[in-house]
Amino acid sequence: MTEIKRYDLEYSQLDSDRMRINVGPQHPSTHGVLRLEVEVDGEIVTEVVPHLGYLHRSFEKHCEKMTFPQIIPYIDRMDYISAMNNEWPYVMALEKMLDVKVPEKVEFIRVIVAELNRLANHQIAVATFGMDAGAFTPFLYYFRDRESIIWILERLSGARLLYNYFRVGGMAADIYPGFKEDCLEVVKKVRKTNEEIMDLLIHNNIFIKRTANVGVLTPEVAINFACSGPVLRGSGVKFDLRKDEPYSVYDRFDFDVPVGVGEVGVVGDCWNRNMVRMKEMEQSCRIIEQALEMMPEEGDVTGGVPRRIKPPKGEMYIRTENPKGELGFYLVTNGTDKPERLKARGPSFVNLSVIPEISKGYMFADLILILGSIDIVLGEVDR
Amino acid sequence: MGLLNRLDDPYEGGGIVLGKIEELLNWGRSKSDWYLHFGLACCAIEFMAMNASHFDFMRFGTIPRTSPRQADFIMVTGTVTFKMAERIKILYEQMAEPKYVISVGSCSNSGGPYWEHGYHVLKGVDRIIPVDVYIPGCPPRPEAFEEGMMKLQEKINKQAIFNKRKLLGTE
Ligand code: SF4
Repeated sequence: MTEIKRYDLEYSQLDSDRMRINVGPQHPSTHGVLRLEVEVDGEIVTEVVPHLGYLHRSFEKHCEKMTFPQIIPYIDRMDYISAMNNEWPYVMALEKMLDVKVPEKVEFIRVIVAELNRLANHQIAVATFGMDAGAFTPFLYYFRDRESIIWILERLSGARLLYNYFRVGGMAADIYPGFKEDCLEVVKKVRKTNEEIMDLLIHNNIFIKRTANVGVLTPEVAINFACSGPVLRGSGVKFDLRKDEPYSVYDRFDFDVPVGVGEVGVVGDCWNRNMVRMKEMEQSCRIIEQALEMMPEEGDVTGGVPRRIKPPKGEMYIRTENPKGELGFYLVTNGTDKPERLKARGPSFVNLSVIPEISKGYMFADLILILGSIDIVLGEVDR
Repeated sequence: MGLLNRLDDPYEGGGIVLGKIEELLNWGRSKSDWYLHFGLACCAIEFMAMNASHFDFMRFGTIPRTSPRQADFIMVTGTVTFKMAERIKILYEQMAEPKYVISVGSCSNSGGPYWEHGYHVLKGVDRIIPVDVYIPGCPPRPEAFEEGMMKLQEKINKQAIFNKRKLLGTE
């Protein structure tokens, strides 16, 4: 087992002054408008303080003022890389409250578009992580492939990034003829590129040197900080809501929950977190293939959408597995067509809170990689 | 209109272009615009796709810069909040003249979806810095980015350098 590269130098030993550096809010490697106040001792990070609020777009205020269907576009804009996955728990919460039965075909469409979006999300995550480490080629390869995913989602919903495709009790539109072939084509492409990226990036010696044994997040810390998604699974904790608390039709599919096993480096380091994303892409491909097979041909997709949405007074908490982790919506209704309150539990926000803990004692350049391996989206952190 | 179109002129056996110095300078300026990428929100993801292999923004001669000192124009892509507005103003002032601004997406054009209830959203980046080109959309399609870039090039091509009062262009 290799030794962890954490530097535990004492302040007195080095006899150097500590310096406070400001990273961001406008910096390409902060993945958005995050500002980090970093205290360094020479080149070793001693303290990190994230400052938030540069993208606070008043999400909860909008939820108070908008009717239920009007809120869906605002939910898209929370985690804008995986909009399909975001809409899902919200409409699921409303469906539970209204007691709407969702047709079988709709469930399968939801699974397929959510998994397609998960692929797109992980592609961006791995691509930008590679870019943080200095590799530009994976970025170009992944964005070339991502276009074909975006193309499918655009033909379904009419938008390239923020889809507004889910409706309470159904979808906005039915699938188009040739949807299955397109999806299979995408799956093939994703597998092929992933194979290439494995050689180009993941098992590249320079990349391993930079990311293995860096930013080690132990399972205890990950659980204590309520991390979820690939960050938690990278630390070797097998927890995936699709498997552990199956919603929709996820219990019918045969797929694995990949966890970090430490092929390279130790469990919980940046390399393993990234590797989990690569393996998850393969599992998403498997789910898409099975869902396409099992999807019923006939079914009314748009018919079950109620005209007026007025759930009874009450509250509801629904959580689903976003590509970034556990996304939950706590919905309180008061009997009108607007919610009393809608609180979101964003995975990015929770995962970000672990940064000060795991970046202490590493080199300053490693901090950028640690941040990249957490895969945050600032729209969801600040909301 | 441009300088290069005149290359085919049968003047002295070709190879000679008669034109104004201004045209030459503007031609160079408009074809090598470096930009300060100011990715703020969802529009920045679309801009990333624009920069990548499929759409290849760099064929316009643009190179992303992270320092305002090296940039010719600033691309404001996304929601400008009050907290961020301060930073944009500082960065804009740090840029060297001549400088341009492209505002991308409804949010930075006018507040976009957050226009009515967004208590923390600036209702248009043009309230703090002068904007040259507005690209509409939420988020704009990559084709819209291309069009916006072409509009900026048009604008640069028409600018007078020496006699500022007289605007070049209508030929
Ligand atoms: S205009 Fe739309 S896509 Fe662009 S930043 Fe605003 S909300 Fe996001």
